[in-house]
Amino acid sequence: MTSLTEKRAPRTQPETRKIRGKVHLREHLMGWLFVGPFGIVFLAFLIAPLAYALYLSLFQKKLIGGTSFVLFDNYVKAFTDPSFLSGAWFVIRFSLVSIPLQIVLALALALILDSVTTLFARFSRLMIFLPYAIPTVIGAVMWGFLYSRGFGPLTDIFGLFGATAPDFLSSDLIFYGLLNVVTWQWAGYYMIILYAALQGVDPTLYEAARMDGAGRWQIATRIKIPLIAPALILILVFSLIGTLQFFNEPQILRYLAAGAIGSDFTPNMYAYQQAFSLANFNYGSAISFALGGLVFICVYAFLFFTRKRRSFL
Amino acid sequence: MIDHTSVRAGARRPQRYLPLQILLGFLVIYFLVPFWWVIVNSSKDAPGLFGGGNTLWFTDQIDYLGNLRQLFTYDGGIYLRWILNSTLYAIAGGVGATVLAVMAGYGFAKYRFAARRFSFAVVLGALMVPATALVIPTFIMFSRLGLTNTVWAVILPSLLNPFGVYLMHVYARDAVPDELLDAARVDGAGEIRTFIQIALPLMRPAVVTVLLLSAVASWNNYFLPLAMLSDNRLFPVTVGLGLWQGIASANNAGTTSLWSLIILGSLVSVIPLIIAFFSLQRHWRGGLSVGGLR
Repeated sequence: MTSLTEKRAPRTQPETRKIRGKVHLREHLMGWLFVGPFGIVFLAFLIAPLAYALYLSLFQKKLIGGTSFVLFDNYVKAFTDPSFLSGAWFVIRFSLVSIPLQIVLALALALILDSVTTLFARFSRLMIFLPYAIPTVIGAVMWGFLYSRGFGPLTDIFGLFGATAPDFLSSDLIFYGLLNVVTWQWAGYYMIILYAALQGVDPTLYEAARMDGAGRWQIATRIKIPLIAPALILILVFSLIGTLQFFNEPQILRYLAAGAIGSDFTPNMYAYQQAFSLANFNYGSAISFALGGLVFICVYAFLFFTRKRRSFL
Repeated sequence: MIDHTSVRAGARRPQRYLPLQILLGFLVIYFLVPFWWVIVNSSKDAPGLFGGGNTLWFTDQIDYLGNLRQLFTYDGGIYLRWILNSTLYAIAGGVGATVLAVMAGYGFAKYRFAARRFSFAVVLGALMVPATALVIPTFIMFSRLGLTNTVWAVILPSLLNPFGVYLMHVYARDAVPDELLDAARVDGAGEIRTFIQIALPLMRPAVVTVLLLSAVASWNNYFLPLAMLSDNRLFPVTVGLGLWQGIASANNAGTTSLWSLIILGSLVSVIPLIIAFFSLQRHWRGGLSVGGLR
């Protein structure tokens, strides 16, 4: 009732302005009310730790003399530390190989599943997605078993052909061993995102292209892929962020491949070792922060190079 | 006209392409091999596991029940505790993160408040912050507050899900018409009531997606609990199995029975997630397309 009379009140200029002003203040308040709880969590568990990590990384703890402010010494140390550099080089190399592999596989699968509509195709879609539901740790444990010489099937399978099984846990092949685990784990997830994007494309576009004489291959490369480019960029960015932070899989396989994976295998493992095994939180924070910087630069560079193609943000 | 109907009929008939299906078949085998290995080998006892028989097929002795009993009674039933811990972390972290993300996404999409654009840009920037880079400083902050080695150390940081906010923002912007909200307001519904009764049902696919993604992220989390917890009775199942694997690898000969526990433990720990994903399939698929498309 009250709202009705308010609405019907004669509209004189100043009164409207007054009401608008009130509405505006109300809108500010309501907006912050909805965003506020997340904002508190965001400040407490993202901004504060980041600021704190930056602060910690500027100090050094010595056995004699206690903790002292050293400005960027930890970063100078990190960028001349062979452990950090080799780890960083490994994750960059690993990203350059694993991300294109996963995305190409996911894209091919999504395109196949978008055009094949049998019951078996639907079943395959679920089965290929299944590894995403598996914790990365468990995935690494499972593959660790399959690789192991003791109870893995590789020895048997290669034995059938009279060949020696490759040891994916040796330092020569660990790169490929990890590559396989990561591809197995994530390709299905990326496939589902791309598949969902393909399903959102208006099918009349394909009809029109077919009328113009386009083949299946042309429809895929000229229509489907360009239309899902934003989804592709999105998953590329996420896989880049994830791969540069590589931790779970090598950490788990470390137990089985002690000789091939050291405690400084990736920057994140090195930071973990520094902070939690050696209680060197200052240097650990500096490595984390340097890794964060590396991620930021890589993502930014990637978005910069793809900006012409439409950005996802 | 005739051409048009024939095209339609063609679209409705299942599209087969046999070569592609055969290719799919091979890929499905690849994706299922680890599951198959785990299913087969969790039926074996230690001699069967190390006896040198076929590793991809069952032995004569299929003893799931005996192995399950061993798994759930080993070390005073610690495995069940890990599963329950994981469940607690996944539900508390997942529901909490979803509630916060849904509210924030809706707020960003539907209210023009001060500093809105700036705050949203900051949230998007946060998508690029490596989550694990936050673990070390969060650990030190929590240890100052005496929160490490408690369940809060795992649950509280899991509440942060900037990607969920982004997804909800996009979805709320497109799926909830402003006119509908205005109509509800004119009818005298308060802002909170409008949100709960009008907007929330419209956002359901995205809500389920965010809930599932955050619950899975909490269930799968390894780095955070590994750093935060030292009492193994608080471990989630990921850290617990990692611990067992470390022990089993360290003294390979002495603890052969632990290997069969790890194998069965991995199998049991993935069942809840597989059930959740399959039963909620209809809901999350609609939500996933949102993040990629816009």
